[in-house]
Amino acid sequence: MIRGGEDADPVLEMRGITKRFGGVTVLRGVDFAVRAGEVHALMGENGAGKSTLMKILGGVFPPSEGSILLAGRPLIARGPTEVLRAGIALIHQEISLVPTLTVAENVLLGAEPRHRVFRWVDRPRMREEAARLLASLDDRISPDALVAELSIAEQQVVEIARALRHDNRVLVMDEPTAALSEREAERLFALIIRLREQGVGIVYISHRMTEVERLADRVTVLRDGEHAGELTRGHFDRARIVALMVGRAIPELSPPTVVEADQTPRLEIRGLSDSAGRVRSVDLRVGPGEIVGLAGLMGAGRSELARLVAGVDRRAAGHVLIDGKETHFADPRAALASGVAYLPEDRKSQGLFLQMSAGENMTMTLASPSARAGVLSPSTLRDYGERAVTAFGIRLAGLDQSARLLSGGNQQKLLFARALALNPRVLLLDEPTRGVDVGAKQEIYRKIVETAATGVAVVVISSELPELLLLCPRIAVLHEGRLAGVLDRAKDDVTQETLMALATGHAPDVLS
Amino acid sequence: MKAPTVTPSRAPSPLRRWLQAAGILPVLLGVIVLFALLTPKFLTADNAVNVARQASINLVLAAGMTLVILTRGIDLAAGSVLGMCAVISVMLSLSATWAPLAIPVALLAGAAVGAGTGAVVAYGGLPPFIVTLGTYTALRGAAYLLADGRTVINNDLGFAWIGNDYLGPLPWLVVIALAVVAVVGFMLRRTVLGLHIYAVGGNPEAARLTGINVGLTLVAVYAISGTLSALGGIMSAGRLYSANGQLGTGYELDAIAAVILGGTSFAGGIGGILGTLYGALIIAVLNNGLTLMNVSYFWQLVVKGLVIVIAVASDRLRTRHLG
Repeated sequence: MIRGGEDADPVLEMRGITKRFGGVTVLRGVDFAVRAGEVHALMGENGAGKSTLMKILGGVFPPSEGSILLAGRPLIARGPTEVLRAGIALIHQEISLVPTLTVAENVLLGAEPRHRVFRWVDRPRMREEAARLLASLDDRISPDALVAELSIAEQQVVEIARALRHDNRVLVMDEPTAALSEREAERLFALIIRLREQGVGIVYISHRMTEVERLADRVTVLRDGEHAGELTRGHFDRARIVALMVGRAIPELSPPTVVEADQTPRLEIRGLSDSAGRVRSVDLRVGPGEIVGLAGLMGAGRSELARLVAGVDRRAAGHVLIDGKETHFADPRAALASGVAYLPEDRKSQGLFLQMSAGENMTMTLASPSARAGVLSPSTLRDYGERAVTAFGIRLAGLDQSARLLSGGNQQKLLFARALALNPRVLLLDEPTRGVDVGAKQEIYRKIVETAATGVAVVVISSELPELLLLCPRIAVLHEGRLAGVLDRAKDDVTQETLMALATGHAPDVLS
Repeated sequence: MKAPTVTPSRAPSPLRRWLQAAGILPVLLGVIVLFALLTPKFLTADNAVNVARQASINLVLAAGMTLVILTRGIDLAAGSVLGMCAVISVMLSLSATWAPLAIPVALLAGAAVGAGTGAVVAYGGLPPFIVTLGTYTALRGAAYLLADGRTVINNDLGFAWIGNDYLGPLPWLVVIALAVVAVVGFMLRRTVLGLHIYAVGGNPEAARLTGINVGLTLVAVYAISGTLSALGGIMSAGRLYSANGQLGTGYELDAIAAVILGGTSFAGGIGGILGTLYGALIIAVLNNGLTLMNVSYFWQLVVKGLVIVIAVASDRLRTRHLG
């Protein structure tokens, strides 16, 4: 197949895709097309709708409106397996291989070659086919190796091999370099370029601007569930993409108070380490009423640090002081009792009780302290729930509504309300706006600033640098478990670039 | 700040809401109507009392089982604990000094065994299925050992009233079972422990991060289940004036069936005691009705098994699209 140019017909076309969950519209009439032999980058802030769009493409759920054409014909595939058969392969951020099986078994899982006569699995042919698919990608991976023994990069290659077995015309890669080293990423780029030359249409989702500039023939930007714009190679640069992604003036929040240096910090961390080496001797001071950001790449130890402070994981060394008093938390219960509240990173698996009501979710920590002889005090709990609904602007039918039915933003507000229920002195927020729509984001920002204004020491972990720049006068940056530096916006020139330089371990000449 | 935040979202129709809340009740009513039509002996006051009595011991076990299953667990030892504690209570009743303590000691034994099981599950990190499979086997052996392989009989049993006397029109067995349902129901809906049971079963990781003492909650749940199994043993012994190592064999499966029929989910965090009450009654009505119709015991087993699977399948169908 030849490389498709500007005029080639799209191999894949998504037209007017709209998706609603309950009452919330997450995609609004999005058009998206991929030509054969092009790398089409899909960009947008978290929550812009990229993953929803790709899940629709992958058959995880159907669109509410709109159609999908594959090579000009409507794609009528139900479920991920049929979509894969049709020729669209998705490589997710998380590896979806079976670690206890061999490479060959994984590559041909679900499409095992059968013996002509006896119909049992034809293992020699399976091995051969897997070897053939792998040969064009990375000849150092043996089809007989156990997947569990491979590196993440190698596992990714196996996933790609599996995707290619169906002679795929479209390959979707979601943040493929997130877990790769620089050299592994280079190999992946070479592979992507080879696939492009073979005429595969590649959808490339990434936050990393340099990768997109390097690989993409076209860029489509989503914003708040809408198609914000499409740029072709030669017409896009960093500034234009960012302008499309942000697209709106971010409303000014009242500037958070900056605290005196000689004040006793509300939260003081000294030489804090864990036993796995993911947090290494970190020092940090957060004053009352201060909002400190915690930046860093994936795996830099941000969540791990917060979990140590919150008593979720055990410390190996170091001290955590609250208002100058040494603490020794063995579990989150003890941390909460000392006034440390933690809002975990993964809302669904670590935070919510999905089968319980919104009210119960908000007041879970309040239930025990407000109870008399172990019997709940429904009025206390209802009062708190109702006040929180108003204060956070939570949209629900009533406190009895199941938490499962709420949008991501409203779910996040439930957890925020829960974290504030015991009037904490220290509030650790781990990705407080992940997967949350823009309106809810603003409300959460406002609530963070309000909370800090009452004298709470707030630590905000976020992968979205603009968010940290908006909220935090001081931003601490972690790199490979160590504190790479603390940037003070009153003194330093703090930009996304300086933060990135620290996060990637480059010369911290930006520090004052 | 936005003031009007409570907006009505899609309101389910009254029928849908009733079906959702009623759970398995329509099946119970259906079975009752069916037997009432099939045999005139079924729908009488005397027979209603019979059914309730037959359901009572299973209901007490199933109440404890409900709590355990709500926390994603299982208590396979319920029948064995019942047997062991029944033997303990009858043996103590034979001794002049210990007789007054027969009931408290048997209950404590059940509680202790349950608490131990809970501690191994909570702090040892072993799957409840395996831990209670162990206690299921070991305690059955203990029951035989305590009774020395014989049936321990006390024709002058001090607590025989539990199994044979009435409070007004109701047998004490039924009164006790309903009291257990009421207490467990109150505990689940109105106490911190109840809330924490749902939280731990629904999302153990979130429960821990929320500051809930997950380990203690599990210990409490298994201890309650052990205590209720012991209570079931006292009820059995009280009815029979005797106990042996074999007593209660297979009871845990009837208890699990009642819980599952009642809509409590093996996935944890979903369900409640009212469903278990209906489930236990369905099983008792089936046993009773089929016996009245002179259906052989073998066929009763087949029918019971099919009803369990069909009832739960229809329940899944009904709630599939609900949250």
